[in-house]
Amino acid sequence: MSAAQGTALITPGPRKNRMLQLPRSLKIRIGLGLALVFTILAIIGPWIAPFDPGKSLSTTSGIPQPPSGSHWLGTTQVQQDVLSQLLAGGRSTILVALIAGVVATILAVAFGVTAGYYGGFLDDLLSMLANVFLVMPALPLLIVIFGFLSKTASPNDVLIGLVISITGWAFGARVLRAQTLSMRSRDYVLSARIIGERGWRIMLFEILPNLTPIVATSFLFTVIYGVGTYTALSFLGVISVAHWSWGTMLYWAQSAQAAQQVHIEWWWFLPPGLAVGLFGTALALLNFGIDEFINPRLRAAGLSRRKAKRAGLPRRVPLGLTPVVPGAEGGQA
Amino acid sequence: MRLLARRIALYLVTAVVAITVNFFIPRLMPGNPVEAAIGHMQSRITPATIHALNLQYGLNTKLGLWGQYLHYWWQLSRGNLGISFSSYPSTVTSVIRSALPWTIGLVGLATIISFAAGTLLGIAAAWRRGSWLDNLLPGMTFFQAAPYFFVAILMVAVFATKLGWFPQNSGYDTTLLDPGFTSPYISSVLDHAVLPALTIVVGSVAGWIIGMRNMMLTTMDEDYVLIAQAKGLSQQRVIRYAARNAILPSVSGFSLAIGFVVSGSLLTEIVFSYPGIGYILLQAVSSEDYPLLQGIFLIITFAVLAANFIADLTYAVLDPRTRQEA
Repeated sequence: MSAAQGTALITPGPRKNRMLQLPRSLKIRIGLGLALVFTILAIIGPWIAPFDPGKSLSTTSGIPQPPSGSHWLGTTQVQQDVLSQLLAGGRSTILVALIAGVVATILAVAFGVTAGYYGGFLDDLLSMLANVFLVMPALPLLIVIFGFLSKTASPNDVLIGLVISITGWAFGARVLRAQTLSMRSRDYVLSARIIGERGWRIMLFEILPNLTPIVATSFLFTVIYGVGTYTALSFLGVISVAHWSWGTMLYWAQSAQAAQQVHIEWWWFLPPGLAVGLFGTALALLNFGIDEFINPRLRAAGLSRRKAKRAGLPRRVPLGLTPVVPGAEGGQA
Repeated sequence: MRLLARRIALYLVTAVVAITVNFFIPRLMPGNPVEAAIGHMQSRITPATIHALNLQYGLNTKLGLWGQYLHYWWQLSRGNLGISFSSYPSTVTSVIRSALPWTIGLVGLATIISFAAGTLLGIAAAWRRGSWLDNLLPGMTFFQAAPYFFVAILMVAVFATKLGWFPQNSGYDTTLLDPGFTSPYISSVLDHAVLPALTIVVGSVAGWIIGMRNMMLTTMDEDYVLIAQAKGLSQQRVIRYAARNAILPSVSGFSLAIGFVVSGSLLTEIVFSYPGIGYILLQAVSSEDYPLLQGIFLIITFAVLAANFIADLTYAVLDPRTRQEA
């Protein structure tokens, strides 16, 4: 009977519970919620946009109109609907960022895990490559590449995402390599090697599952990077300014000096900028959540003083024993 | 020392890669760089210019690709980055040289302020875990996630246009007749630098705070911190011991950050029409001035490598382990 109880304790029940506990962190919940909203808007945005984002709806006025009943977010200088631009531009922005994130993460895993697992000369070579990409300033390089590319090719979200990913994989690769290095000589990897499993199999099925949180973190990190970089490139006008994204909206607002006018045309530059910032914040919050999941010591952040007291956390934390706040996953305020 | 040597080797390789990439990008793209140049200069072109451009790109000279590549290095070693299309007949080197001091001054100062303030706040946030500082972290994340130039646009709208505290654009008072080293000129330069610098600080400070806070939390668990506390050392001394060790990853992470900061400040300059590299970058992009674009890429790369090297030297001073012969 006790044996039966024992198995009951270890098997699925508690494990399932733990999985369900993860999203109880407020940071993760807010992050997930925001990311979900943005993703949905990216999918349906262009369809629910009330107007054609590039169309001048009136030729009589050359002044941007503030928000009104017919144009919820006002209009631009040439009377385009800002809300429609925001909705239409969201798809391109998020799509490019996701493509950049996925491709860069695959590259990071391929380079990082291979370098860490095989070591030796291959490691030296791949690490050098990653370090070169880390210290080389990415944005100016991308500007040069797109400067020449945009002459020939029309803007294509997949291509843009791919090019951005070239500059975004190195950081993830470095982190993954370090972690793989520490796993290489663990018993389970050694035994897999003794059984005669092939290198790629060990890397994919023995090591990679243990890197999941780091892979997730580095994916989110590169998506944030992708959004910022794509927006910066379109803001500069390196990518065709007729291709609607949040960056091109800011490009047009800046070239019309929307922030320098006596009556600040805030409805023009605020929505796209806030959208970029909020999307990035959502992903960063998810990232914090994952960090705290891996390293429980970071959890007390965001605990209010009262909650900290309730959790039994002294006001001044005694040195030498940074406490892991019990139930802090759910106790985030 | 071995670490330093490895870093220097990395920088040399990076420089070679950057130069090589810079050489190949125009040649991988369809079309011929000289034709592109001719297309842009239109009426101002003379047969002599075409000849000069051909020489500059090493075209029509019976040199193979390898020969062109060597030629490129030779030109580069003499500081010749070619002629700017948009400010013809100025050379790229001279255009960049006039803009560089503005950017270095702005970015250098803002980065130092941001690093110092962020590190101190990070220490404070770790020491008083759960205080109001921790609650600010998610908010600061927004400013880190929002593009620098958006923060810049907000700064212009609020502090320059709305409140009128600072000038909206330019790097100095352009109505001054005599832009020499006079006190009105210098004070106008400082006045114009406040908002761009503030933008860069606001955009980059959160990263330093979070990094330092997380590292401090880990360091505070070390035995030597406990011992220091047990010996009855004052709070300040204990904090200093912990902070001195926690700061190392921040310094080594500097290399990662500086590239972002430089890129971000280029865009900030554009919003403020600040006469630095960012401004000529915009000029190069909008007029498809490829030689200038490529020159800027190289200069920024070299500058970032130099900043990295300084960070490495600082690291070697701070961490005695790196000075040990291994």
